[in-house]
Amino acid sequence: MILLLFVFVLAIFLGFELISKVPSQLHTPLMSGSNAISGISIVGALIALGTEHQTVTTVLGLIAVIGAMINVVGGYLVTDRMLGMFKKKDEMKK
Amino acid sequence: MTDLKDIIDIIYIVAAVLFIVGLKMLGSQVSARRGNMISSVGMLLAIVATLMVKGMSFQWIIVGMIAGSIIGAWAAYAVKMTAMPEMVGLFNGFGGLASLLVGWAEYEARPDSPVVTLVSIFLTILIGAVTFSGSMIAYAKLAEKISSKPVLYVGQKLINALILGVIFSLGIWFVVAPLETYYIFLGLMALALILGVLLVIPIGGADMPVVISLLNSYSGLAACAAGFVILNKVLIVAGCLVGASGIILTQIMCKAMNRSLANVLFGGMGATAGKTAEKAEGEVKALNAQDAYYILEAARSVVFVPGYGMAVAQAQHVVRELGHLLEDNGAEVRYAIHPVAGRMPGHMNVLLAEADVPYEQLVEMEPANSIMPTVDVAIVIGANDVVNPAARTDEASPIYGMPIINVDEAKTVFVLKRSMASGFAGIENPLFYLDNTRMLFGDAKATVQALVNEFKSS
Repeated sequence: MILLLFVFVLAIFLGFELISKVPSQLHTPLMSGSNAISGISIVGALIALGTEHQTVTTVLGLIAVIGAMINVVGGYLVTDRMLGMFKKKDEMKK
Repeated sequence: MTDLKDIIDIIYIVAAVLFIVGLKMLGSQVSARRGNMISSVGMLLAIVATLMVKGMSFQWIIVGMIAGSIIGAWAAYAVKMTAMPEMVGLFNGFGGLASLLVGWAEYEARPDSPVVTLVSIFLTILIGAVTFSGSMIAYAKLAEKISSKPVLYVGQKLINALILGVIFSLGIWFVVAPLETYYIFLGLMALALILGVLLVIPIGGADMPVVISLLNSYSGLAACAAGFVILNKVLIVAGCLVGASGIILTQIMCKAMNRSLANVLFGGMGATAGKTAEKAEGEVKALNAQDAYYILEAARSVVFVPGYGMAVAQAQHVVRELGHLLEDNGAEVRYAIHPVAGRMPGHMNVLLAEADVPYEQLVEMEPANSIMPTVDVAIVIGANDVVNPAARTDEASPIYGMPIINVDEAKTVFVLKRSMASGFAGIENPLFYLDNTRMLFGDAKATVQALVNEFKSS
């Protein structure tokens, strides 16, 4: 448990360090990209759905997997689609 | 079997590293797209590793993963770029919902868990529920399914504080006696959902960039709390990264409005606006497209200042076309973008990028202000508060102190506006009455199209 707290605190500091200087251009992709990462709860959802075998947990787990999967797949694809639109001037003339 | 567990843990570490590298690369224009891909590979690894866990049964997993993927992919490709803020809000809500359900399922499976786990379950439920219902309200507001005006009533803060107090009391009861408190547990979940709604309804449309990035941060924290429930390191690390980066982005947005986070969340901007501030008065000088064309034709330097109105009118493509014509005419064209223009962080950048405006032409607020005195024409399209000079001069104005784009320093200012009604917050804008300001009334898209036609016909 203490180890997990240790991981938690380090990850928070790392998160602050990573994002502190980002041009405002990239705020939307950054937000939707990190939003996709928050779909990591898919891991918890899969474990709940795959290893518990009561009716209630199956229903809850199934909804959780669907929700998290929408978050993950939608989040990454929409970010990629947006970033594909950011082009330099010389790239456009090709 | 410990070997399998070790292998899974090692893959989780690799996934966490890929998330970190991916986020880092998202922060720079040249590497952003690759960064997003690297982070998605991390997610794929995390999922594969989880499927390797001993004793998994797959029939429902396959159903859920396929259904979620199809819905997500369809939504990502079908969404219009102008609808991007609400789509991000919606995805975010589903992430929060997933975390909430992970906490709930764990309680169903093992109600006699140790205290630490129960506390984590409680926090997962609380944060996950607020993220979910809050995001749904934000989505509804942004998609105009409900009014985007702030909803305010007497004792609002007190009621929210009371609900939060009750939730924590029930939470303590739940942690102490988890086996007898199933209905208490359901009740606190319902209250947390209500709290999410109540926290977002007082926030007006113009403050949405702050709320969207804050909810994004919450969804990370919810995933992180779920990580403590099932003791999973990759959930904790990834959730934390999102939580921390969301908070940073929220701070940047608040700074761009010169307001504290508390003020945005509880201020209910618009409620007090316009009462004490000086009333702007004077003569408004309207201009038709033809006369506007003569001024633009002679301009050597033009700056567009887009706002939410450009998104509503879907005018970004025709604006780009006008930009090209002005360039062919020998003018230098730039787009000045205020950090909180639109309804999410970087909203305008996305729209202009969609219309093929090269990103070198997009300038941030400070460099835009330093060139402003040399600009011949500044064209304000559907922006209001972010160009309101009262923010510099009128101490009684609700937006006093907010950094703005100083279009009033340009030689001529064109303001494209539907009518003289004041902007979202009901704040008077003295810009409209300045000697160097000309108003072009009408739908932004139609107005810009008329200017384009003038250029083409001459």
